[in-house]
Amino acid sequence: MTSKKTELMVGIFVALAIAAILLLALQVANQGMSGNGESYNVSAKFDNIGGLKARSSVKVGGVIIGRVSRIYLDDRELIPVVEMEISSNYIKTFPETSSVSILTAGLLGEQYIGLTPGFVFPGEDPIYIGDQEGETKYIVDTKSALVLEDLIGQFLFGKDSG
Amino acid sequence: MSDILVDINKMHFQRGGRVIYDSISLQVKKGGITAVMGPSGIGKTTLLKVIGGQLYPDSGEVLFQGENIHQMSRKRLYDVRRKMSMLFQSGALFTNISVFDNVAFPLREHTKLAETVIETIVLLKLEAVGLRGAAHLMPNELSGGMARRAALARAIALDPDMIMYDEPFAGQDPISMGVLVKLIKELNSALGLTSIVVTHDVKEVLTIADYAYIMADKRIIGAGTPEEIRNSSSELVQQFLQGNADGPVPFHFPAQSMQETFMGTKS
Amino acid sequence: MNWLISLGASTLSRLSAIGNASLMLWGALFAVPRLKNISLIIQQVYVVGVQSLLIIIVSGLFIGMVIALQGYTILVNYGAEGSLGPMVALSLLRELGPVVTALLFAGRAGSALTAEIGLMKATEQLSSLEMMAVDPLRRIIAPRFWAGVISMPLLALIFSAIGILGGHLVGVDWLGVDSGSYWSIMQSTVEWDKDVINGVIKSIVFALVVVWIALYKGYDAIPTSEGISKATTETVVFSSLAILGIDFVLTALMFGIN
Repeated sequence: MTSKKTELMVGIFVALAIAAILLLALQVANQGMSGNGESYNVSAKFDNIGGLKARSSVKVGGVIIGRVSRIYLDDRELIPVVEMEISSNYIKTFPETSSVSILTAGLLGEQYIGLTPGFVFPGEDPIYIGDQEGETKYIVDTKSALVLEDLIGQFLFGKDSG
Repeated sequence: MSDILVDINKMHFQRGGRVIYDSISLQVKKGGITAVMGPSGIGKTTLLKVIGGQLYPDSGEVLFQGENIHQMSRKRLYDVRRKMSMLFQSGALFTNISVFDNVAFPLREHTKLAETVIETIVLLKLEAVGLRGAAHLMPNELSGGMARRAALARAIALDPDMIMYDEPFAGQDPISMGVLVKLIKELNSALGLTSIVVTHDVKEVLTIADYAYIMADKRIIGAGTPEEIRNSSSELVQQFLQGNADGPVPFHFPAQSMQETFMGTKS
Repeated sequence: MNWLISLGASTLSRLSAIGNASLMLWGALFAVPRLKNISLIIQQVYVVGVQSLLIIIVSGLFIGMVIALQGYTILVNYGAEGSLGPMVALSLLRELGPVVTALLFAGRAGSALTAEIGLMKATEQLSSLEMMAVDPLRRIIAPRFWAGVISMPLLALIFSAIGILGGHLVGVDWLGVDSGSYWSIMQSTVEWDKDVINGVIKSIVFALVVVWIALYKGYDAIPTSEGISKATTETVVFSSLAILGIDFVLTALMFGIN
């Protein structure tokens, strides 16, 4: 009893819905980037992470290379540890001397991790982040988030906290 | 098996605290036309719905071919319902599909016949009620009488054992009334059906009925062949047959006395 | 004493209505797996889904455009008009898409379902189905139920997608926000599972509730013209209240607790 016209219209309806899903997936949520492919883990210890959250992005010069997967407190040193997932496209890319800092996108934007690639001593076998085992897998060179109150404090009370 | 198709035994039914049937009993003979007559608003339609298993009585039993309708499993009830069919007062045609599809509906639901076979059956059934030419029309294009005949074609589509007619003559002009009377009579003998006709059109139904019951005041007040009914000595039956305005069935709906209503006095 | 009795009576009648509605839902839910029903469902998807498409597309477009316009005038004060993309996308995906679609659906398709079922009851079509040994729950209620549950999430997705395009139209093409930043900041902010999927879950829940209310109100309507008009009104009112109430609960569960 279902006529051809009905079936055609329902077909168009479903096709429209699929087009909407594709638009949302590719153009809006950028599903292609985040869920895609393998990644490796890197951790870093900060004194203060400010407003950083899980799923904040990790960027090198503005290019997203990964996301923050987990934030927790180191139970011995009582300082925050940020665990990051870096896309495997960038494995063996950044030397262990690279530094990470917590930056803010614009004045009101959200916070992200900026990674500055380190240098490699010529003639030495480079060690990359993600290669190290155990304790040393932390990125050593970190710079904490800027906290506005601290900045104001420094400004008001001179250079006593240097 | 006995020749009683439907056997209602001391059935008691009430709805919303109002008693509709007070312990009534009636039998429907196989192969005959049984008429149930009575004034409007007495719940004659309800009786058909009880027989069809849509409503449940408070006590008493309703047997169809010796089986209690209201104690069947749901599956068995649906099997039994294929043997009965019902012509509703409004016709109850599905308004979104054509007359042809309406008649084909029970066939498509319950059989796996090929579409060509269904077409043949449907046209035969429509021919039987004289509406073969109207097969392509939509239900809203039919007159009341034609809609009822189309519904009748749908009711006989699956060749049931029994048809229940709910007020088949109500609101019909004399010609379509005559057509329906002829159809009920002919279908009954030609298809070997059993018919129950619920109506208040006394004259018409008494010409075709084999046996008749008259209901009033929650009870059955008269029963017998048409001849016996016509010669009944009961005042109630005679009032109903002759259509007198006042009598044992009062003209006034029960109310306070006039004096109380208008003068505000309380007795 | 009297008010206690009336409280008890009204509680009992509410409970029995909920019980009846649940029985109906139960009947409809378990009437799925028959091949014959597929074509009935497709037909109903046409009625409740395809015929709601126009109103959904037009509303989606305009709501997207309005958010962009309003958002721009506020964000531009902070020099943050680049965040217009995520603002439009998030408000559509998380809230407006599912909620407005459900409200429109209740008004457009829900009321029609109630009126249709109520009229079928009033004209004895449901009764006559039953007498033809065809279960009305299976033949009439179930296909409409599933068609509604299938159609609504699709409509909500279309609504959101069209709205985001409408926001682009106003924000980028008229007000001059940079197209690149409209899309890229949206992409870095919107998350597939958290925002898109949660929106879809919301609209599935709304669909269940709206279709359930609409079908039950029709099935339970007093079969007179007055009864049907009352049932239709109640469908729209109850569905809308239910949508907004459930939306708050779902939002609290999905986005409120971190």
